[in-house]
This record gives sequence, structure tokens and C-alpha cells, in this order.
Amino acid sequence: MAEVKTYNYLLRQDDGKDYRELGEYRAAGGYKAVLKAVRLGPDAVIAEMKKASVRGRGGAGFPAGIKWGFVPKETDKPKYLVVNADEGEPGTFKDNYFLSHDPHRLIEGCIICSMALGIETCYIYIRGEFFEQIDTVTRAIEQCYEAGILGESVMRTDQKLDVYVHPGAGAYICGEETALLESLEGKPGQPRLKPPFPAVVGAFGCPTVINNVETLATVPLIVEHGADWFVGLGVERDGGSRICGVSGHVNNPGLFEVGVGANMRDIIYELAGGVSEGREIKAVIPGGSSCPVLTKDEIDVPLTVEGLKEVDSMLGTCGIIVIAEGTCVVKCLQRISHFYAHESCGQCTPCREGTGWVARIIDNIEAGRAKMSDLDLLLDVADSIGGNTICALGDAAELPVLSFVSKFREDFAEHIRQGCCPFDDQPLPRH
Amino acid sequence: MTLAFSDESDEEIARIMKRYPTRLAALIPTLWVAQHEFGTVTREVMELVATRLDLPTAKVITTATFYTMFNKKPVGRFHVQVCKNISCYLRRSDDVTAALKDAIGVGPGETTADGLFTLSEVECLAACGRAPAVQVNKTYHEWATPEGMRQLVADLRASVNAAPMPPPEAHDG
Ligand SMILES: Cc1cc2nc3c(=O)[nH]c(=O)nc-3n(C[C@H](O)[C@H](O)[C@H](O)COP(=O)(O)O)c2cc1C
Ligand code: SF4
Ligand code: FES
Repeated sequence: MAEVKTYNYLLRQDDGKDYRELGEYRAAGGYKAVLKAVRLGPDAVIAEMKKASVRGRGGAGFPAGIKWGFVPKETDKPKYLVVNADEGEPGTFKDNYFLSHDPHRLIEGCIICSMALGIETCYIYIRGEFFEQIDTVTRAIEQCYEAGILGESVMRTDQKLDVYVHPGAGAYICGEETALLESLEGKPGQPRLKPPFPAVVGAFGCPTVINNVETLATVPLIVEHGADWFVGLGVERDGGSRICGVSGHVNNPGLFEVGVGANMRDIIYELAGGVSEGREIKAVIPGGSSCPVLTKDEIDVPLTVEGLKEVDSMLGTCGIIVIAEGTCVVKCLQRISHFYAHESCGQCTPCREGTGWVARIIDNIEAGRAKMSDLDLLLDVADSIGGNTICALGDAAELPVLSFVSKFREDFAEHIRQGCCPFDDQPLPRH
Repeated sequence: MTLAFSDESDEEIARIMKRYPTRLAALIPTLWVAQHEFGTVTREVMELVATRLDLPTAKVITTATFYTMFNKKPVGRFHVQVCKNISCYLRRSDDVTAALKDAIGVGPGETTADGLFTLSEVECLAACGRAPAVQVNKTYHEWATPEGMRQLVADLRASVNAAPMPPPEAHDG
């Protein structure tokens, strides 16, 4: 077993410092990358971002440098930066780290992005449940205004930048970038049809960059150490280190910063301490609950966008959920499917109707009320949700169903044959 | 008595409005200010917000009703919310919910008759690595156990007996 290398460029939770304080953050070299970015100039910063090949950490994995390049240079409209801090995909808890413990890293990333693209207003959209994180980020912003890091003249340059926190109010769908824009504008969070893409028509009808918290947190590192260094941490076309979260049935759940391309099995066994109670792995969801599930024979893969594609799954948010032997996968899928049914915004009929139908069929299977033909019905209904919808929540609802049923069909069939849950007398691991 | 914002809230709303190019964009933050002051976002509160921001009441209603965190009906002084999603489920959040139900005396979605506790089951709180996660008002309680939650409920009850009633949102659980 190879030893997994961990880093503390992004994740600095163990060094005893309180990075919420501007003084501590600066003492560790914070906000120096802003000055370097000023020296480099906007074009060079965008070029570095492209070369660093940092892929969006919010789930879709789109290269950030290329996204920045889509924002029109010459326009008479204001441009906006909107930070996606709506973290809510089950199994994902990494952005929470920056918002709780290292908010200045995010703000520094926002400043550099804004300078590079000529942006003067930035909104950080934070999910409503994060009351304490909203306070933490708000305080960090206030410190920056007092220190002349934000406002009319950013660190004595001629760049003007205002950064505001915008609170959400409890709707997972607002994590989808266009729903987030609707919500920022004061409307219900219902995704927009694309195109036009936000880079051209985004917030308030103006060109807008939307990036995930972790994506922006990598920016100061890239500017400080250079794109070549950053690429070297990861693999070609998927650069850097990233924060991977491991939850579920492991002995040492938590966040780990690893190079892009680290082996998933090694992360689970070495960093996350292996499976609870010494059990075998039954299943792994690799990148947040919307990603197709893997069996224990499929987890020997590099954590890259391409690596997970090879096993017909997705890297998503790098939120690895480990499910131990003895667990009822029907119950697991039941939780996931009820979630997507509950969070569907209701605009598209296949998603609105399909997600509810899927959840009800799974309820019936779990309760032992289903017929064998319901399994194919389940696949059929699930299969008709994605692809025909305005946003990717449709796919997120469909993929877990197809993968769970195809990989664990026997478990589903056994519920139907026995007319009850065969796992009811097998307790989940104790921790 | 007609509803009105306190001076403090009114100033806060004025500051919020300056952040955005449209009045509508100030709506969600303003609804938070309103909920903070009045505890719930009733029809009357929505009308007040509409007047303050000079927006059609229908727009305010459309947005306020879309978002689950705006309380349309009163919630208990302690809103105990247990995550039931996959990572928490795997670490036995159902046992935590059962213990809370027993200690509080009502089921998910219900409020105790004395108005002290509301119990809810919620979706992922982005604390999956420290599951099971429970949120009481604004504060997270991670690695929740049935025993720990029984104790928490007892402590919250005791804190109320010891201190007079503060306004609902101001309490941190
Ligand atoms: C249903 C749905 C939910 C999403 N939730 C989030 C989220 O909570 N946080 C996030 O950063 N991206 C989320 N995304 C992805 C965003 O739409 C978008 O791709 C991302 O914010 C772009 O930032 P990035 O390129 O830096 O990753 C979600 C997408 C979908 C379809
Ligand atoms: S796919 Fe679902 S969540 Fe997305 S816009 Fe359509 S109904 Fe809404
Ligand atoms: S699944 Fe419970 S906090 Fe994420």
C-alpha cells in the first residue's frame, strides 16, 4: 500500500493558529499574494490560473481559468463575482472549514479574482444554516475594511472592491449556480435555462463569475507559488491539492488535503483509519451523494475527474462516503432519494414527478411491499428523470438509483422475496 | 397594534439595501432581519417587509414561502434539528432522533405545548465528518449520541428555569 501524501497548504486545522484573525493570517504570509497579483497584472494572473489547471471544486469540475476567460473584458456593465458557499451536497463538508476557520483565504482569493477580471462587487452566498460561519466571514470582511484591504482602494492600489455576505434560507437547490443567482436577486431558487451562461448574463443581467469556496481558496496559493508548483501537486489537466472529506463507516472520519490523483482506497484505509469494527467495505459513494456508487472492487482509483469517469462515476466534491458490510443499501438509497425528491424545485415535470415516484417505490421495496416487476419500474422511472431537465439535479437524482440497483440488485430482490428488510437485525457499526 | 420595525432593524435594512443594485435583492436579508425581530414571517410581517422595500406583496410572499428557514408558524424556543441524511444515518442518527423524541416528548415536525422545543429532521448540515450532526437554534452539536442529547435537553430545560425568557431568535442554544 502506497503511503498517501497529505498537505497543509489549504487545510491548516492542526497548527494551533486562529486564522480568523487578520493578524494571524497576515503573520503567516496572508494577503501577500494580492500584492504579487498586482505586480503580475490581470492578464498574467488569468494565464497562471489557466496553466494551473485548477478544476472547480464545487462538483462539476470545470477548469476555473477557462471560466474566468469567458468573462468579457470590454463591457459597459458592472461585473460580479459570486462565491458559492451553499455547501449542502450530502457527504460534503469542506467549504465549512474555510468559512469557520480560514475566511481570509477565501477573501484573498476573491480579491485576486476581482482584480484579474475588473470586478468591483463580490457576493459570498452562504447557506442560511451556517449562522456562525456567516458571523465569522462577516467579521473577517469588517477587519479587511478597517485595514484597507477592501473598499475604495484595495491595499493602496487603484482597485475598488466591496465584498458582501448574502445569506441563503434553507434550499439545497440554491447551490446550483443559476438558482443561486435567482436567490441572490431575491427570487425563489429556481434554476435558469443555459445558455446564456452566467459569465455573460449572470447576476442582475451582468457578466458574473461563480466559483466554489475551495476553488477560490486555491487562488492565493497559485499566485504565491506559481502555476508550475501547483500543477506538480496534482496531475496533468487536473492540478493542485484538494480537500477530500471522508464520512460514514470509517474509524477516523474527517477532512484530508491530498494531491489530485491520490488513490481513493489508500485514503480510506490509511488516512481515514479503515472501516469501523474492522468490517469489509460494502459500497463507497465517491464524491457526494449524487455520484454513482462503487463496490469494494472499484475503489482502487486515482481521485481525478478522469479517474472516476473510468469507473462510470464522478469525482464531484471529493466527499467520500464509506458504507460497511452489513448495511442495508436500500435504506441508504432511500435517504438519498428522499433528499432529491424533497429538494426538487418543481419546475420540470420529469424531476418533480419522477423524484417523488422513485422515493415511493424505494419505500415500498424497503418495507417489503413491492413486486419483482417494481425493480424494473424503478429503473425505468429513474432513467426518465435526467437529461430532460433544466438543471443537473435531475441527473443527481437518477444516477444513484441506477447504480445502486445495478450493483446491488440481489439486495433489492431479497427485500421483495422476503417481504421485509433482511438487514433489520444487523446493526450498523458502533463507533 | 400595527407591526413596525425597531429603529435598529430599520437601520440594518437601510444598510442592506445599499449592497444591491435592486430592491428585490435586499429581500432575503430583510426577511432575516424581520424573522429575528418578530420570530415568525407571517402574512403581516410579509406586508411590512413589502412596504419597507417598496415591493409588491406578491413578490415577498413568493420568495418567503419558497425558503424553508422562514418560519411561517411559531417554532419552539429551542429548535432541535437532527440531520437524517446518508452520512449521519450511517452513524446512527436514527438513534439520536429517537432519544430526542423521548427526551423532548414530541415527534419530528412538532412543538411542545409549553413552546419550549420544536423537533425537526433536516437534510445534510455539511458536518458529515462529525456525524451525527444536530443543530439547536444557531449552534451545531456534532458527534451526537443519544445520551449526550438527553443531557442537552435536560440542560436546556434547566437553563430556562434559571433565567427569564429572552426573545426567541436571540437565544443560542
Ligand atoms: C443541484 C446542484 C447543487 C449544487 N450545489 C453546489 C454547492 O452547494 N456548492 C457549490 O460550490 N457548487 C454546487 N453546485 C455546482 C454549481 O452549479 C457550480 O458548478 C459551481 O458552483 C461552480 O463553481 P466551481 O467551478 O468553482 O466548482 C451544484 C450543482 C447542482 C446541479
Ligand atoms: S431538474 Fe429539478 S431541480 Fe432542476 S430545475 Fe428542473 S425541477 Fe428544478
Ligand atoms: S449527512 Fe448529516 S451533516 Fe451531512
